[in-house]
Amino acid sequence: MYRYDDFDRDFLLDRNREFRAQVERRLAGQLTEDEFKPLRLMNGLYLQLHAYMLRVAIPYGVLSTRQLRQLGMIARRWDKGFGHWTTRQNIQFNWIKLVDAPDILEALAEVDMHAIQTSGNCIRNVTADPFAGAAADEIEDPRIWAEILRQWSTNHPEFTFLPRKFKIAITGALEDRAAIAFHDIGIRIVGGPNGTFGFRVYVGGGQGRTPYVAQEMKDFLPPDQLLSYLEAMLRIYNLHGRRDNIYKARIKILVNAIGVDAYRAQVEDEWECIRGEEIDLPADEVARIQAHFAPPQLQLNPVDHATFSKARSEDGGFDRWVRHNVLPHKNPDYAIVSIAFKEPGRPPGDATGEEMEHVADAADRYSRGEVRVTYTQNLILPNVARADLADLYEDLKSAGLVAGNTDLITDIIACPGLDYCNLANARSLPIAQDITERFADPERAEAVGELRLNISGCINACGHHHSGHIGILGVDKKGTEHYQITLGGSPGGDAAIGDIVGPSFPAEDVPDAIETIVDTYLAQRRDGEAFLATYARVGADPFKEALYGTPR
Amino acid sequence: MPSVITANRLVDGIVVYLSEDDKWLTDLAAARVADDEAGLEKLTAIAGQAAADHIVVGPYSMAVDLSEGVPGPKSVREQIRAAHRPTITAVTEAR
Repeated sequence: MYRYDDFDRDFLLDRNREFRAQVERRLAGQLTEDEFKPLRLMNGLYLQLHAYMLRVAIPYGVLSTRQLRQLGMIARRWDKGFGHWTTRQNIQFNWIKLVDAPDILEALAEVDMHAIQTSGNCIRNVTADPFAGAAADEIEDPRIWAEILRQWSTNHPEFTFLPRKFKIAITGALEDRAAIAFHDIGIRIVGGPNGTFGFRVYVGGGQGRTPYVAQEMKDFLPPDQLLSYLEAMLRIYNLHGRRDNIYKARIKILVNAIGVDAYRAQVEDEWECIRGEEIDLPADEVARIQAHFAPPQLQLNPVDHATFSKARSEDGGFDRWVRHNVLPHKNPDYAIVSIAFKEPGRPPGDATGEEMEHVADAADRYSRGEVRVTYTQNLILPNVARADLADLYEDLKSAGLVAGNTDLITDIIACPGLDYCNLANARSLPIAQDITERFADPERAEAVGELRLNISGCINACGHHHSGHIGILGVDKKGTEHYQITLGGSPGGDAAIGDIVGPSFPAEDVPDAIETIVDTYLAQRRDGEAFLATYARVGADPFKEALYGTPR
Repeated sequence: MPSVITANRLVDGIVVYLSEDDKWLTDLAAARVADDEAGLEKLTAIAGQAAADHIVVGPYSMAVDLSEGVPGPKSVREQIRAAHRPTITAVTEAR
């Protein structure tokens, strides 16, 4: 993974010294809240319902075990013992004191981490395929390009005060595990002629109040022109994005207002002017960054198939975990392991400091010291020898982290909702808990099959409800929490925005409504087809009828 | 409508309520209740000064339910704030 050099470290130390002085001035009464708020937000510090919240950047979801242990330490020392994996591969701490924030940022800097650009109208943390460098279906490792984008976008003077926040995601694999179609810019690495590769660039995707699936911007961009092209894209957005109306300020609104062709024409004109201006990195600099992501030297470690099969047949839990949480690696002797923080009844994405330390130890032992965060709020061990799977399972089992439910109905994405968030209209976490408890029987969840259920506590859609196969949106209806249900959304290659199925439900009726939807799907399903296939075939009517009765 | 003033404390962000002797306490039940507009105006002025004095952040008034004179929250949001915790069993707590 990328390691900071002296320049990076000095920059961060300077920045932290600056923020420490700003906090001191605020506490001493030399700065008003109006003056201080933009300064703290530039350092990832929000004020939420109960306390300050610190959002820490995890660049493209990649963590070393040293970093993960430090996050665990921060959770225990300065928070209430836990943190929350976010839907942008970051972590949030919910119970931060302003007086402690400078010390926490210093502790983060010790392990090359920070909270810069996790808030504000700038380019936020670049997200990527959490299986990067390991996935069996990978064309090219996206981390190199995510890191180049991170360096380009960090403190970019022209793009520090954009019309609105800006999110970029990149994948280098065939399957989209980064939801690139729901980003301001989505990048897919594709094969080119003669074994080369390039980028297919998408623009204007996003969730929130006005959801859009991103549109194709450029079919094939050679890798050495990535930065100049994105610079031109951001520049045109910065010029024309609506600063007069916060609800219309994202690039998705601009692109859909003028049309992607008109936007592209302006970008291409600008690109022609700036391409030669040394924005793009020279090949030796790309090679320097690439060297940080050299493929690990994985030892020959073939699994004993007889022993492995015996272990699976003797332990149903292990067998299920292998079916759902063990995923194909480039090297057939290895696997990618998903560690689910979604045991039924748990608040989705919350992890204790001890669990972070436990996973860090397991990653050192079994995954070459590397961990990934997924936008679905789980952790990934990217390089596990298949011969070690049984031992790893026992290790994780001792920490209660072996829910074998990756991508099943209980693997819910949920934002913190009204339990923590100042923007929320309704709670997300209790709804998630109720639904996971309803489907707690792992055999039942498995019989339902792959089903993405996402919950947001307000229209800002941090819980990605628009892209859930089943989406749940919390709304305030005359002072009570109600929940609107959408069907047919999808985050991946077949990206789609879910359709509202009908009037909203009060909280206590939501688990029944979800059960009704699932039962309707199972009754309509043909030949084991997935939920989305059934929904595409039968449409919304059978679900509406089951939920609301026959229309008169 | 009976109302109180709430805010977040500057140093740690904790939810507080304007109480007797202009103190900011974490217990909603101890909050000073304004019964009319004049009373609320007075509390609002005290709260504005506390924000200017860098004691609290973002003070606002909210209507409360009175039970034997003791103020309680009206909305889910204010119930959650007054409880100083989420409504779920936290991941650190026994389930």
